[in-house]
Amino acid sequence: MYQFDWSSIPGALPYLWQGMVRTLQITGVAIVVGIVLGTLIAVARLSKSSILSNLAALYVNGLRSIPLVMVLLWFYLLVPQIISSLFGQPGVDIRLLSAFVAFALFEASYYAEIVRAGIQSVSGGQVSAGLALGMTSGQTMRLIILPQAFRRMIPLLLTQAIILFQDTSLVYVIGLAEFFGVAYNTGNRDGTLVELLLFAGAVYFAICFGASMLIRALQRKLVS
Amino acid sequence: MISIKAVSKWYGEFHVLKECSTAVSKGEVVVVCGPSGSGKSTLIKCVNGLEAFQQGEILVDGISVGARNTNLSKLRSRVGMVFQHFELFPHLTVMQNLTIAQCKVLRRGTQEATEKGRRLLDVVGLAVQAGKFPAQLSGGQQQRVAIARALAMDPIAMLFDEPTSALDPEMIKEVLDVMVNLAQGGMTMMVVTHEMGFAREVADRVIFMDQGQIVEDRPKPDFFKSPGTDRAQQFLSKILSHGAQT
Amino acid sequence: MVTFIAGLDWNIFFQPAFDGSGTYLRFLLVGFEWTLLLSITAWILAFVVGSIVGILRTFPGKRLPGLGAVYVELFRNVPLLVQLFSWYFVLPEIVPGLGTWFKQALNPLLQQFIAAVLCLGFFTAARVAEQVRAGINSLGGGQRGAGLALGLNHLQVYRLVLLPVAYRIIIPPLTSEFLNIVKNSAVASTIGLVELSRQSQQLGEFTAHWYESFIAVTLLYGLINVTVMIASRFVERLTHLPGYVGGKK
Repeated sequence: MYQFDWSSIPGALPYLWQGMVRTLQITGVAIVVGIVLGTLIAVARLSKSSILSNLAALYVNGLRSIPLVMVLLWFYLLVPQIISSLFGQPGVDIRLLSAFVAFALFEASYYAEIVRAGIQSVSGGQVSAGLALGMTSGQTMRLIILPQAFRRMIPLLLTQAIILFQDTSLVYVIGLAEFFGVAYNTGNRDGTLVELLLFAGAVYFAICFGASMLIRALQRKLVS
Repeated sequence: MISIKAVSKWYGEFHVLKECSTAVSKGEVVVVCGPSGSGKSTLIKCVNGLEAFQQGEILVDGISVGARNTNLSKLRSRVGMVFQHFELFPHLTVMQNLTIAQCKVLRRGTQEATEKGRRLLDVVGLAVQAGKFPAQLSGGQQQRVAIARALAMDPIAMLFDEPTSALDPEMIKEVLDVMVNLAQGGMTMMVVTHEMGFAREVADRVIFMDQGQIVEDRPKPDFFKSPGTDRAQQFLSKILSHGAQT
Repeated sequence: MVTFIAGLDWNIFFQPAFDGSGTYLRFLLVGFEWTLLLSITAWILAFVVGSIVGILRTFPGKRLPGLGAVYVELFRNVPLLVQLFSWYFVLPEIVPGLGTWFKQALNPLLQQFIAAVLCLGFFTAARVAEQVRAGINSLGGGQRGAGLALGLNHLQVYRLVLLPVAYRIIIPPLTSEFLNIVKNSAVASTIGLVELSRQSQQLGEFTAHWYESFIAVTLLYGLINVTVMIASRFVERLTHLPGYVGGKK
């Protein structure tokens, strides 16, 4: 029978917390940039200009067809080169910056699809009504369509955020240590990998399950 | 005020409007009727440019709807439209529905817009509902708000696309009453509808459309006494007998 | 951009690989093969387990659907990477007998492969379960009722009435889940499996030709994507019911 040794966890808690902060940073940046950029891309995808529409489709389909691991590796390659060609030597932790950029752009492609579905779920009559009152397409989109679309999409946007929160663990592949990375390194170093992995799993489960219960409650409230 | 000249429209292969020509003068009330699929909704949506057309010309107050350099938003702000499914904005209150276009399109101040909104709600009999959301109102109430919303823009003409077709029978009268008052007040109106009672009461002319063509276009008394074509005769008798039964 | 791509050294793919396995092109293709093998094996597991759990969740009563819900929640709320490491590092330690055999008797490649298959399979099964459940539920209670009224027992109702239609409906989301497995297979690189993304990293590390490596691999993933989408549309057309939602009349 395996002998569980939980002793290395209490001492590691401050570092684990720092790791969690980093996880939340990446998640936060990716959500904000992802939704804003995703909305722009969704609107572009639905625009009458076929150039904009095709570019947007290319972006979304392109990013959604390759693994997140590859996207992280790609930006870990590209970001330092771009930074050094623009600013000379980078002053900030380039891994974190690459992770921010990679996740933001990656999530934007997923958010773009959610927003696009949300916009299309608003009835065409609403567009007609807005235009008939003399609003421009831009005003109609901004004042009439998007507010309605977002109300409907909130549960989906939040669910995607939970997925994103879990995906941040993959920054492991570019050597960045967030919550999971710290847990792994601690377990590896102390020979208590099993316990740390189980602990990390439990923490993720508690947070994600709790969040998804909240979303379900929110969904019930929105419907009534 | 509104002049429609030889307008034709195709949806791909389907010829939905065939050389339609007619006109609506200032203060005139024109009713457009006909079977489903006759193109009447499409025609009226061409008047404010919500539908494009491939041939012909439509002038509203002298401005060409189809011309490339026409400012369509500006034109639409001067012509009111009321839709079959009301199309109130569900995320805004009744009052906000009335003021949003006034503020964002006509650049009126909030106070002025709210004042106007309140006055119009009084006219349609719904002043109490100003703070409610559309989903809290009945169909008839929503449609009356929709009419007020269009009127808030001080339009030179009003277009109605089957305004009562989606209403339960007991609510049709309250909406028609508002429209009758509007007509008697001298508003230029183009109304697509099956409600022949309304036509008989306030219409100046009746247009009958079938399969994309304007088949008849006659002064109201003539139309009801003796429609020129068999098609219109059939349609009228079916509609009127149904109306008599309800 | 075009000049940049043209300026890269594409000959690197014809150089011999550091591990003596042949050219670097062969090196990448080995990874490609492992990715495909991993994806297909994991998909079979995911489809079978996911179908069972999904069907379970549509049973009447509370206990069986509840079990299914526990499964889905467990595998959906823990990151894939944590699950993978659990299969590879944790289970062999704490499962008596089988675990020790796994660690000692199997060669490392097989250990990595099995852990990856189990991880991806059970992880995706949770998502497949949700799709199957949604597909069955979208048919409404009427279909089930009609089957029962004809005297079919529950098993027959599922086999003959509900599942044939439900599976047709969910072909698009199931295709999407298969593609997710292909993308998620890249996570197996973290435990050393020689799948495509790991090979591309190794190629870069040993030759410093990062761009060529990544571009080639990105194209290969894209190729899988396009092929699967075409195959899926073919399957849809093959199995579609005339006049039913989503198909042409």
